[in-house]
Amino acid sequence: MPEQQTFKLDSKTIPFRDGDTIMDAALRAGEYIPHLCHNPEFTPHGSCRVCVVSANGRHVSACTQQAMNDMEVDNRSDAIMDKRRNLLQMLFVEGNHVCPGCEKSGACQLQAVAYYTNMLSPHYTHFFPKRSVDASHADIAIDFNRCILCELCVRASRDVDRKNIFSISGRGIKARLVINSDTGKLGDSDLTATDKAVHVCPVGAILPKHRGYDKPIGERLYDRQPVSQVGDVAAHDEDDNHG
Amino acid sequence: MADKIKVATASLCGCFGCHMSILDIDEKLFDLVELVEFDRSPINDIKTIGKCDIGIIEGGVANSENVEVLREFREHCDILIALGACAVNGGIPAMRNQNTLQECLETAYIHGIGVDQPCIPNDPEIPLLLDKVHPIHEIVKVDHFLPGCPPSGATIWTFLTELIENKPISFPYEQIHYD
Ligand code: SF4
Ligand code: SF4
Repeated sequence: MPEQQTFKLDSKTIPFRDGDTIMDAALRAGEYIPHLCHNPEFTPHGSCRVCVVSANGRHVSACTQQAMNDMEVDNRSDAIMDKRRNLLQMLFVEGNHVCPGCEKSGACQLQAVAYYTNMLSPHYTHFFPKRSVDASHADIAIDFNRCILCELCVRASRDVDRKNIFSISGRGIKARLVINSDTGKLGDSDLTATDKAVHVCPVGAILPKHRGYDKPIGERLYDRQPVSQVGDVAAHDEDDNHG
Repeated sequence: MADKIKVATASLCGCFGCHMSILDIDEKLFDLVELVEFDRSPINDIKTIGKCDIGIIEGGVANSENVEVLREFREHCDILIALGACAVNGGIPAMRNQNTLQECLETAYIHGIGVDQPCIPNDPEIPLLLDKVHPIHEIVKVDHFLPGCPPSGATIWTFLTELIENKPISFPYEQIHYD
């Protein structure tokens, strides 16, 4: 029998199987590596970079980097946390995140990961981009102000729902989420409230209608415990993860 | 006894919720006044600021007067604190940044519901609005940020005691929230 392969995540020894990424092995071992665009149900995307770790001294995203025997991975040092906080601060200033006026607040993974990294301020200069809200669908609204381009809805709609309703258009700072319907409106697509794509958004961009603010402050997903203990928004039942 | 720590506070483009939260530290206010003395603040209605150890700013920067007050605070305070969502990131008032200033003024004063004498106010005494609402760190250097809409009395108390006792600033999990 081949010897069990392992790597070191901070001081812990983590076993892994062939083909595992650092994230796969860490998740299986119950170790938390902060992330936003990763969801174990989908092909890793590596776009949010929040899962940055230092592996044998190189900065890599844990969700795409293959685990290697005897690798030394730094997931907790102040230097790594600083990098993650900077990435989150950029995500905040790139969009329009008005948490006090957002239905998802308290059950939002962007917020929760920011709390985890002790982010107290956005630090950078805000872009205040002009973005829109599309409320044309009877059951689902999409607020582009809050989209972090994680492509989870794109992957869910393409790979699970087989509908291909969402895509990213443009590159770099011009990249944005678009709806693949004749008019570009959500109401003219064949998205339904039970689609997987409606239940994977880590932030308050894709929201089911008619049910906002149904959990009181203090009882929302991340009000009492950090994301490292609670887990991803998408892993919780829809009834639990709505602010 | 050592001199008391001088604290000034101001509300710029905020709703006074953060100042209410300062008062919300309740009976600990008695402990606080043993340690600090208030300089300019809406709490005592003193209108001019002197040399201070700590300046606390609620609200973002939306007009020319906000800019002036904020710069005065930075000049007179050794430590400047952004208190609450609006000071930290513009908050709810910054939602107007999605529209031009002209659109905002016309919506309020020309086409607004119940407006019977449509006219955009232009009295010279009214501070000029900036074209966008800004968080305070985009105008002056800020030393500490306390998010929350508003930050709770407990958060403010944790912060002030740590700051005054020269301890590293850290909070229990439930005391930091952006809403
Ligand atoms: S999506 Fe999350 S971070 Fe953005 S405004 Fe809503 S609660 Fe805040
Ligand atoms: S709408 Fe949500 S799931 Fe889709 S890309 Fe934006 S943040 Fe990700």
